[in-house]
Amino acid sequence: MYRFLWRRLPGGTALRLAVVLLLTGVTVAALWYVVFPWLAPRVPIG
Amino acid sequence: MREEDDGAVRTVVRVIGELCLPAGLVLLLFYAYLLWGTGAETEREQHVLQQRLGEVFDRDRGHAGPGAVRLGDALALLRIPRLGAGYRFAVVEGVGPAELRKGPGHFPGTALPGQVGNFVLSGHRTTYAAPFNRLDELRRGDDIVVDARDARYTYEVTRKEVVDPGEVDVVDPVPGHPGRRPTTAVMTMTTCHPEFSAAQRLVVQGVLVRREERQD
Repeated sequence: MYRFLWRRLPGGTALRLAVVLLLTGVTVAALWYVVFPWLAPRVPIG
Repeated sequence: MREEDDGAVRTVVRVIGELCLPAGLVLLLFYAYLLWGTGAETEREQHVLQQRLGEVFDRDRGHAGPGAVRLGDALALLRIPRLGAGYRFAVVEGVGPAELRKGPGHFPGTALPGQVGNFVLSGHRTTYAAPFNRLDELRRGDDIVVDARDARYTYEVTRKEVVDPGEVDVVDPVPGHPGRRPTTAVMTMTTCHPEFSAAQRLVVQGVLVRREERQD
């Protein structure tokens, strides 16, 4: 699956790596600042 | 036909297996958020609340009453010497999720600091800076210092126990005696127990032993 996705990315290795890092960063930021703050109070661990 | 089926199953299993890797990483990230991300949020809130409380203390200089405050505002400053000289949390009014994100909360409707009755506080055990994480280390006779707007109140720990979440009589004006009229000032601190679980509640109770002018 990851190999398939890697091949679908545009450009050479450097550009692909940059796109992967960018997407990862955006995903982590969305999780950390949006999803997790919404989810945390709903997890019953005190 | 059989080989095609096997190939499809293998593909599905492989994709599921590959999805488990990012799922695991997201779970680890969420765990890190619960432990540190929520704490950073609470520390920011505490910084602001303690600053505001200091301004109110400077302004009132002991001439105010204990003063009920709005939900989410700072009511008092809590210090527990047994837990270290640096242990200090602004207590906010309210025990809803929004209030407990800021720090330990005062149960609305229960006694205010120093008043006759039960001054009830609730706080997180493992998340949001975990203000009550080490309540289990308190021993009988330990001081709990509450700087309120009008004075400094010192309570002495009298009791520590683990109860079920349904045992709400620990927050009654006379803990454990519903309907009884209070004649002394006590305090109750509750938090989740054990750590990382809300299955039970750890309860620490104390009795007021001293009222003195606040040393700002």
